[in-house]
Amino acid sequence: MSQQIEPQKTYIIVFLCLIGLTLLTTGVAFVDLGALNTPVALLIAFCKMLLVIFFFMHLRHSSALVRIVLLAGFFWLALLIVLTSTDYRTRSWTPVPAAWSSSAPPTHP
Amino acid sequence: MTDEEVLTHETGLAHQFEDLEQQQEADSLGIWLFLVTEIMFFGGLFAAYAIYRWLYFAAFEGGSRILDARIGAANTVVLLGSSLTMALSVRSAQTGNRRATVWFLVATMILGGAFLGVKAYEYNQKFVEHVVPSLDWAPEGEALAHLAPGGLDHAQLYFFFYFAMTGLHAIHMVIGMGLLLWLVLRARKGAFTPHYFAPVEVVGLYWHFVDIVWIFLFPLLYLIGGRY
Repeated sequence: MSQQIEPQKTYIIVFLCLIGLTLLTTGVAFVDLGALNTPVALLIAFCKMLLVIFFFMHLRHSSALVRIVLLAGFFWLALLIVLTSTDYRTRSWTPVPAAWSSSAPPTHP
Repeated sequence: MTDEEVLTHETGLAHQFEDLEQQQEADSLGIWLFLVTEIMFFGGLFAAYAIYRWLYFAAFEGGSRILDARIGAANTVVLLGSSLTMALSVRSAQTGNRRATVWFLVATMILGGAFLGVKAYEYNQKFVEHVVPSLDWAPEGEALAHLAPGGLDHAQLYFFFYFAMTGLHAIHMVIGMGLLLWLVLRARKGAFTPHYFAPVEVVGLYWHFVDIVWIFLFPLLYLIGGRY
């Protein structure tokens, strides 16, 4: 919570940038970029997020402690998504023993 | 009013803090910690979305094509506008301009209400097109043509995600609107001064967070449809 007061102009410029990026991401969705469409959309969303966090949410005036808390939050979010994805994407790498598959009910020794 | 309450009102400093700077640091840390828990709360949905979108990409693409990207984009602009008025309201509270604080808060509520109104229209459209999972799932005509290639069951999953994610976001908006109303009532009475505007700033941070969630929901739900 900063005591620095941003000039009104800063907020309006940031807002116009956000509108511009919204129009850009909508426009790009109608252009075939092959496999790049989703990464580009996410990159634009990430830039918009940074604008909101640093200017509207005053992170650029915040203390190091607040920044570390936020970074830790993003780190945990990355763990959640990356580790879950690696699990799903590597399951097919190892064959499932016949006894484990759903068609064959497990037999108890 | 006791002497201490008078003192608190004039300086804006609660008695457990050394000085205003420490108090503001504590307020700020508290709301950011809450927002981090919110990141993880929405994060579960985003992670599940990522997995199923990877597993059933064709179905998700088809589902996305049924949404109107232009309405989504317009609503994004409305919500970004509400973030602007929210930021300006906090600024007005910082500078001690009571009238501007109230009016910017009211403007934020109007824009937030407009966003929810458009969302309600979109939800209604889903019923018209019979693409509401479980409740009204019988896509036909053009919708069916978009959804069939990916498999109707998997397309239904996409709409579960659509309603769960936008619904959770809308609930956050409704809570935010309630908080804004409370701020308007307090700000009218002159409860906020350049020394004490923490409630405005804290609700503002929450509002911007909800905005950021939408910034990601918009491309992920509306724009993955390969409309070229």
